[in-house]
Amino acid sequence: MTTATPPVSAPGRTSGRERGGVPGRLPWPLVIPALIGLAFLVLPLAGLLVRAPWSTLPQRLAEPQVLQALRLSLVTATVATAVCLLLGVPLAWLLARTAFPGRRLIRALVTVPLVLPPVVGGVALLLVLGRRGLIGSWLEAAFGLSLPFTTAGVVVAEAFVAMPFLVISVEGALRAADARFEEAAATLGASRWTVFRRVTLPMIAPGVAAGAVLCWARALGEFGATITFAGNFPGTTQTMPLAVYLALETEPEAAVVLSLVLLSVSVVILAGLRERWVSRI
Amino acid sequence: MSRDLSRWTAALALTLAAVSGCGSGGNAATSTPAPAAGGNARELTVFAAASLTGAFTELGEAFEAAHPGVSVKFNFGSSATLAQQIIQGAPADVFAAASPATMKTVTDASLAAAPTVFARNRLRIAVPADNPAGVDELEDLADPEVKVALCAAQVPCGAAAVKALEAAGLKVTPVTLEQDVKATLTKVELGEVDAALVYATDVLASGGEVKGIDFPEADKAINDYPVAALAKAPAGPQAQRFVDLILSQQGKDVLTEAGFQTP
Repeated sequence: MTTATPPVSAPGRTSGRERGGVPGRLPWPLVIPALIGLAFLVLPLAGLLVRAPWSTLPQRLAEPQVLQALRLSLVTATVATAVCLLLGVPLAWLLARTAFPGRRLIRALVTVPLVLPPVVGGVALLLVLGRRGLIGSWLEAAFGLSLPFTTAGVVVAEAFVAMPFLVISVEGALRAADARFEEAAATLGASRWTVFRRVTLPMIAPGVAAGAVLCWARALGEFGATITFAGNFPGTTQTMPLAVYLALETEPEAAVVLSLVLLSVSVVILAGLRERWVSRI
Repeated sequence: MSRDLSRWTAALALTLAAVSGCGSGGNAATSTPAPAAGGNARELTVFAAASLTGAFTELGEAFEAAHPGVSVKFNFGSSATLAQQIIQGAPADVFAAASPATMKTVTDASLAAAPTVFARNRLRIAVPADNPAGVDELEDLADPEVKVALCAAQVPCGAAAVKALEAAGLKVTPVTLEQDVKATLTKVELGEVDAALVYATDVLASGGEVKGIDFPEADKAINDYPVAALAKAPAGPQAQRFVDLILSQQGKDVLTEAGFQTP
């Protein structure tokens, strides 16, 4: 195995740290909306921080249910992302690199989980994979497998909702990547599978990584499809967003704390990953 | 590029339609706006527990018929969420909650005085129409082979379920603790669970898809529904008039028909 250097080291492409240095004055038609946009995204977070009951924070965090829900959230979101990578990258490749009738329709169908209200997505999953569902009834009869109300069910619900984010990102990366490198490799005798593995995949790695991050973040925050398809039981299917929602019913302050925990953990993980990625490429 | 754009616009439009569809689901048809007699407000906003959707929509139409020019708007949802919205300053005229505890958060904030209990709801065992696990009494729910859905203890139907099971001295391990009674009922309707504890009104509203079974311990867990006109009601005296309608014989008839018990 030789080092798989990305073949797209076009001149002028600099590392992440140095990017964005076009000299000259900042154009206000960009800066002002950018700042408003930033405020719009960050202010609700500030609202949470202001309302957080800081004095009772430590004892709330020490509650075993909180850690249990947090662990479950991290595990299921990560497994769901792995599932999405395994299925979503090939799907994106199919959409970007092959021609078949009805491709436009398929591409539109991929975005269905984005448009569908997640609760409806959860009901749809039940109708297919539930005890009386099209596939679920067969799974139960043949293997005794039942997905609703299990941790595997949480992964299914999260992967369903998060996969489009990965597919769209990876497909975009594939379309932006220069197909001539793949053609060159093929002319030199590489099989289609080798081209994908040795040329395409290294070329689109940043796109795959960005897609995986989006996918993971969406899976981590998933609520509607999870509670509808997998139900809510502490330790098995109660992820952080579900715990937050139920805390909101009785103790809005606890809900704020739980949201902050989820937010800070995900920000720390994403920032850590980004640091690694940016320094490597 | 432009095709992409139009696709995204279409997706956005669909989302918006879905969202607004959710929000306006319970709104009564509005009559043509006409100046109301006596300088009264033309719009009355009622925040009510989700389980009241059917009965209150009907009473809203009756109120509009009796007060020409007034249109009644509803916000149906979880009582706790509605109470939070009222405390945060939502412009509501009347609040009808599914539990005295949620009403108390509103009266504690001095936003309403003297709520009146106008209805009571009783738990029933709900099973799928074909009753696959052969459930016929509360004790059957303790069988580990029987998949049971309950409401989470944080919401009124869950608190009532805990009380009823305690009264019966039963330990039930549910497969799921749902966020509200409608979600619990959906699990039964789809046959995902063998039994659930829901309100009598929900069994009635589901039509024939779900069978209801009464059990004696339900008497220990009756849920009171209080209603109050809000102190800062934008519609002023109209708010109390709507409360009066709910407490009237006509209101009682509609509520009884929906499966509630009335005081």
